[in-house]
Amino acid sequence: MISRAFDFLARRIDGPLMAALALTLALGLTVVYSASGGGSVDRVMGQGRNLLVAFLALWIFAHIPPQTLMRLALPIYLVGLSLLIGVALFGEVRNGARRWLNLGFTSIQPSEIMKIGVPLVLAWYFHRREEAVRLRDFAIAAVILVVPVGLIARQPDLGTALLIFAAGFFVIFLAGLSWKVIATLTALGLAALPFLWSMMHDYQRRRIFTLLNPMEDPLGAGYHIIQSTIAIGSGGVLGKGWLNGTQAQLDFVPERSTDFILAVFGEEFGLVGNAVLITLYVLIIARGLMIAANASTVFSRLAAGAITLTFFTYAFVNMGMVSGILPVVGVPLPMISYGGTALMSILAGFGILMSISTHKQLVSS
Amino acid sequence: MIVGQALRDPQRELSVFRGRIFLGAFLILVAFGLLLARFTWLQVFQREYYHTLAEANRISVVPVVPNRGLILDRNGEVLAANYSAYTLEVTPSKVPNVERAIDELATVIEVSPRDRRRFRKLQEESKNFESLPIRTRLTEEEVARFAVNRFRFPGFEIKARLFRSYPQGEVASHAIGYIGRINDADVKRIDAASLANNYKGTDHIGKLGIEGAYEKELHGVTGSEQVEIDAGGRAIRALARSEPISGNNLIVTLDLKLQKIAEDAFGDYKGALVAMDPATGEVLALVSRPGFDPNLFVDGIDPQNWDALNNSPDKPLNNRALRGQYPPGSTIKPFMALANLYYKKRSPEYSIPDPGFFSLPGVAHRYRDWKKGGHGSVNLHKSIVISCDTYYYGLATELGIDAIHDFLTKFGFGQRAGIDIEGELAGIAPSQEWKMQRFRQKWYAGDTVSVGIGQGYMLATPVQLATATAMIANGGIPVKPHLLRAVQDSKTQETHPVEQAGGGAEPIVKPEHLALVRAAMVDVTRPGGTASQAAAGAPYAIAAKTGTAQVVGMKQNEKYDEKRLKREHWDHALFIAFAPADNPKLAMAILVENGQHGGSTAAPIARKVFDYFLLGKKDAAKLPAPKEDEPEDEEHD
Repeated sequence: MISRAFDFLARRIDGPLMAALALTLALGLTVVYSASGGGSVDRVMGQGRNLLVAFLALWIFAHIPPQTLMRLALPIYLVGLSLLIGVALFGEVRNGARRWLNLGFTSIQPSEIMKIGVPLVLAWYFHRREEAVRLRDFAIAAVILVVPVGLIARQPDLGTALLIFAAGFFVIFLAGLSWKVIATLTALGLAALPFLWSMMHDYQRRRIFTLLNPMEDPLGAGYHIIQSTIAIGSGGVLGKGWLNGTQAQLDFVPERSTDFILAVFGEEFGLVGNAVLITLYVLIIARGLMIAANASTVFSRLAAGAITLTFFTYAFVNMGMVSGILPVVGVPLPMISYGGTALMSILAGFGILMSISTHKQLVSS
Repeated sequence: MIVGQALRDPQRELSVFRGRIFLGAFLILVAFGLLLARFTWLQVFQREYYHTLAEANRISVVPVVPNRGLILDRNGEVLAANYSAYTLEVTPSKVPNVERAIDELATVIEVSPRDRRRFRKLQEESKNFESLPIRTRLTEEEVARFAVNRFRFPGFEIKARLFRSYPQGEVASHAIGYIGRINDADVKRIDAASLANNYKGTDHIGKLGIEGAYEKELHGVTGSEQVEIDAGGRAIRALARSEPISGNNLIVTLDLKLQKIAEDAFGDYKGALVAMDPATGEVLALVSRPGFDPNLFVDGIDPQNWDALNNSPDKPLNNRALRGQYPPGSTIKPFMALANLYYKKRSPEYSIPDPGFFSLPGVAHRYRDWKKGGHGSVNLHKSIVISCDTYYYGLATELGIDAIHDFLTKFGFGQRAGIDIEGELAGIAPSQEWKMQRFRQKWYAGDTVSVGIGQGYMLATPVQLATATAMIANGGIPVKPHLLRAVQDSKTQETHPVEQAGGGAEPIVKPEHLALVRAAMVDVTRPGGTASQAAAGAPYAIAAKTGTAQVVGMKQNEKYDEKRLKREHWDHALFIAFAPADNPKLAMAILVENGQHGGSTAAPIARKVFDYFLLGKKDAAKLPAPKEDEPEDEEHD
């Protein structure tokens, strides 16, 4: 009975990926406990509830066959796009940004839908054009990508826009966009930098300045990055020990349980902890890339590859920002930071990976 | 260009995909490698640097200010104490508009115009980031009312602090001095003495008197506390603490009751009194009238009170006992008499005929005696008892100014008496050299004549006169006046007497010379002497000398008439005395500004002090009112 229940639950679950995910999430809970000041399990319980919901999403997506998912890709994208337009027109302003849409019974951030919607719809598009992918198709793909990214960047939510752009770009890249075009686009992008600079908000420009010289404004814009760097650096090789980070426990690290949780982790667990975390990420990414490489359809391999690379982008952007080599953008540390929304979209993505991994035989047969 | 052509072959397409996946995997490893390198740099190579920063973040060293030592009189009466009270302080740099914030504060607790003026003065005198009191001595209710509203007043803070109080008010204010807020000049002195660390957290310092002179004893040693703080600056827990060492209590030589009696005895007169134990130099009373309330200075004085004190024609802030330089007048005569015996000019029995004036040979100018027609035949003894001017005009001329200077210097004239509080002036014991240096003029014979009766260029402070008098009383042994008697160690509570250096061991005059002068000084207070009225009925013998010092000069043939002069031009009255004459316990000098006659205004003050000190009477003996035609010593030149 128990083994049948396990079979039912685990049928569409990829074992190695699940193991790596579970380890990382367990690590995340211990850090969240420390980052909420210790002594209170409220945040840990809250994150536990988030995890249950996210695992449910993973399980559901794992059970949706890739073909079904491919059929759903366009509707998901279109719903997401119209909601984004709705945000631009009727969205609620919170903290100076228009990101939320009030649906009457609840408020949602449609940009989260696009984190899954954009890579899926692009994978679907290239899958359909499998017979003869032309340059024109890449141009259309670019439009599919740029419209939602532009809408999100205007909210403004640069971090999310960047991640969605990265997800879409990975699909296009994996679909075989020629190096010549990539080189041309890169050159054009570099040429357009001054223009982009003039389009940026003041606070966004300040973040770039802050990265270059955090000490210029140590109590203002530079404060986050200075304090998080101090936390990580003072952790040393072995760390100060769980719950013993002074920077973390005495509140010097800002947003310590969300975007800057790596500073807490790095302070308390040291270089060894950081290496362990990076290893876990590498294992997860390696498994994801294996699933992508072995996927049987264009859609599934593009979707799996893009989801995996996007996950990497999350991890790298957050770690780079907290350790002071990338500008500060609002990206949480995947599977460690406190918060339900990002966790859900990430685990939903891994659900899709598992679906691709476990449905492969059926498709090829 | 048709990209698709190359991708038609699914196998080819798959290999392109896998190639890109491998490329991606490679880039990912590079990126994570970069991150690991960054972490290694921060956590291995820069670890010490960031560790220091993290410790500096969380550890704050808070100075713990020691309690200031108390000042007690010789009988244990408290002259300066501490009390704990709440103040409301504001750091101006943390408040965008201080004036407006104070207006708003005034709606919560009372802020008087005086508080505002004082605060403005403090603000001008201090740096913006210092925490300055806007209100002191808050009641419990005011503290509670502010606490409820404190969110409206960022930068304002209630502090419980120790305050200095001077329970005796004006009494002995010039001896005790006061503390005040540390100003720029104080900071320089503190830095110069390398005491900056010990003054962290301290915002008051002794400014004058005993508070100023014994700052080091009173202040104590500042302790410190290492506190772990969070990002908001709130103290989380104490990590380590080194206790402060309280300042030592000072037991001073003053006798508070004696001091009060002396001050009261002045009535409305301005002036000064210094009374000391002639054997030790311990100052039992140090009066400078008018006084001031030192409590006004503790929290920063408000401009109104400051102007009142500073601009008053009575100069209450001037310590007359140490800084008032007056012609000693006839009180110099005992010392001139001793000089005569020392230089063996006139024998004690030698008498001069006193026609009522003195003239230098070949000069018509007459130096008049205070008594028209003169005193008849006058010898050394009589010259002191009736204060004959003519005797000393001639004597001074015979001695010569440089011999006078040399002898008076032995008694401490012309130099600071060396009392152990700041601000003393040196007075003048003139000499030929002094006049040349001071005025670039040669000394004239006429200059010497005036010095013979303590006028002319001669100036002395009350503390100098008292010290010189003590030397007549103690057998001619140099003595150093001082106010500190003992120090009570704050840790052991043991009291250690203070050995005051600076006195001498050997008498500077012969005992038989002193005996002659002392006998004459005793007769000054007996019938026929210039101070007989004040001493009448005393059951002990007083040795004394009266004196009068001119405030304005008189022309030849002009008669001093107090009714025609403004009160502030009336002569100053002086009196030096010690008692009991055969075994002196107390020596003193008194100056009464515009008191006119030493015998009638200054001597009664001395009598009250002696009576209390020797007889223990709280109220001075009833004294007969001075008569109009009593003998008085004065010189109208």
